[in-house]
Amino acid sequence: MAAESELALVVRDLTVAYQRRPVLKDVNLSLPEGRLIGIVGPNGAGKSTLMKAVLGMVPRLSGEVWVSGRPPAAARQEIGYVPQRTAVDWDFPTDVLDVVMMGRYGTLGLLRWPGARERELAMAALERVGMAEYARRQISQLSGGQQQRVFLARALAQDARLYFMDEPFAGVDAATERAIVNLLRGLKARGRTVVVVHHDLQTVREYFDWLVLLNVRVMAAGPVERVFTAENLTRTYGGRLGSLAHVAGASPAPLRTSGGD
Amino acid sequence: MDANTQWVMTGTALLGVAGGVLGSFALLRRRALVGDVLAHAALPGVAGAFLATGTKAVGPLLAGAAIAAVAGVLTMSAIARFSRLKADAAMSLVLTVFFGLGIMLLGAAQRSPGGNQSGLDKFLFGQAAAIVGRDVRVITLAAALLCLLVLLLFKEFKLLAFDPEFGVGIGLPMAAVELVFNLAVVLAVVIGLEAVGVVLMAALLVTPAAAARCWTDRLHLMVPLSGLFGALSGALGTAVSLVGPRMPTGPLIVLAATGIFVASLLLAPRRGLLARSLRSLRTRKAAQRERLLVALYDLAEEAAGAGNAPAVTAEALERRRGIPARSAGPQLARLAREGLVDEAGGTWKLTGRGLAEAYQAARSERLHLVYLMHQADLDGGMTDQGVRPAFAPEIVPQLEQWLRQHGLEPRLLPGHTAGEVG
Repeated sequence: MAAESELALVVRDLTVAYQRRPVLKDVNLSLPEGRLIGIVGPNGAGKSTLMKAVLGMVPRLSGEVWVSGRPPAAARQEIGYVPQRTAVDWDFPTDVLDVVMMGRYGTLGLLRWPGARERELAMAALERVGMAEYARRQISQLSGGQQQRVFLARALAQDARLYFMDEPFAGVDAATERAIVNLLRGLKARGRTVVVVHHDLQTVREYFDWLVLLNVRVMAAGPVERVFTAENLTRTYGGRLGSLAHVAGASPAPLRTSGGD
Repeated sequence: MDANTQWVMTGTALLGVAGGVLGSFALLRRRALVGDVLAHAALPGVAGAFLATGTKAVGPLLAGAAIAAVAGVLTMSAIARFSRLKADAAMSLVLTVFFGLGIMLLGAAQRSPGGNQSGLDKFLFGQAAAIVGRDVRVITLAAALLCLLVLLLFKEFKLLAFDPEFGVGIGLPMAAVELVFNLAVVLAVVIGLEAVGVVLMAALLVTPAAAARCWTDRLHLMVPLSGLFGALSGALGTAVSLVGPRMPTGPLIVLAATGIFVASLLLAPRRGLLARSLRSLRTRKAAQRERLLVALYDLAEEAAGAGNAPAVTAEALERRRGIPARSAGPQLARLAREGLVDEAGGTWKLTGRGLAEAYQAARSERLHLVYLMHQADLDGGMTDQGVRPAFAPEIVPQLEQWLRQHGLEPRLLPGHTAGEVG
């Protein structure tokens, strides 16, 4: 048994509700350090909400969260967040370097202006996502994949230990997808933990070594080879998966036609 | 211009600075109407303060305005927090309810003893002439305070406008930043009530910022520029209003700001309408020229391949390539002036220089075709999004190989005499 301090993230009895509808119910999770962790589940399963609840962006109804054994409020600088890139207005009057420097704002603290050191760290982060020559580009001139890389660079500039990424592969070109995968592996090699909300079941085995199957509750969590089975997927997707269950490659399990309530 | 006039103009100009600087952030965070809401929300405070104190002194009235506007801010965030209504619904609720209450209290104030001709209605549309030296000192102080605040919280306000959720994620107190921002807007609105009035104060928060956005793509330039436009609007509007007796200042300041905005919208170098239509006209011309060159090349290559003279007729351009003779005529004439084509007996022939140019155009067109066919195997590689596709040097050898595989390589080489086909 790993001690709690060796766990990147522990979530206990987390429940989140918008109005009266529970979005997450009794979520219990222990995620190990230094892994690439995928969160997979149907639409409306609460995948993004789980991240936002951990980060304190949506209020929790109940439950507790520890990041490296500490409450998240005390570990904020160690948590990096990459929102969905559609979350912001890309016509905002600023350039790429400036957006990436936002990753340093938390460490910088209130009232202080970013300076040469922040610029340096931001440039290094842009270098790592292959966007250094775009530093002075107005952000409205970027393609979707480039926008995603800028958001990744912003999180890298923060130099966190635990990263949350909300669908980084959504709507990006093949080159960006490969760049992101390489980046994730690089982060893992440096002992970082990366949690990724993911949609594409086809690539789960290739990209992740740990998996959380989520549908309001945690349906299964653990090493990919143990968790990524047709039976677990069918349970998670409540029978909605249909013919896609074959991606797990395991022997077909009897399909339940009704999802449990 | 007498001393008093100078005071008044200084006051409204500083008001414009404060409105322009704060308005930049309000506009960018898509809360442009927040100034409008808070200005209207201030009215019941003005009338209420008069009813409570019976005085027409500006100090207590503006204090009342500030209290009512802060109540407006708190109501908006309470609605956002405890109901399912969206921000726009919360804003229109606060605006109409508070303003309605204000008009009601204003009526009561005017019927009250001493309230006759109370002059409270100047808060509706503004009357700069009412500004005295003491007011200007207050406005100066408030405007300086607001500019200092923006200077100190520049990166926090930027994050509030661009990506507040990310701000929460990295541990910045974004809810407090938002509250401070809204209180700053309240202060800007309150100092503007006397000169501009509740109905039109919002224009000072929106219009200069919208004009400044036309000129620059950098926030740290947009904010001071917006302040400058605000100052110009304030001074200009006031100057005009002081010419005639009892000219309302608010509308004139708004008109001045609108004039600056319209000029910016038309004339700004990159985002202006004029520059945009010029740019799209140039692009269309360049694209037409490129299309014609490629067509000339393709047809000449084909003719040469069949052993004929590589000359092209306007009729072939229309029939084979869909370029109508009506538009091909002037374009061919332009190419002839550039020395790229020669006409002989109704057919057109590329000159040596013309062939070199057309060869480049056709080659890049065909490279683009195979690039699109094999895009999934490449890591990016398009370098420019101009009219003529351009590629990173490292992928060109691969593209050329595919070109040969598909039998698409251009065969009519420049520098050779016409008819020689590789």
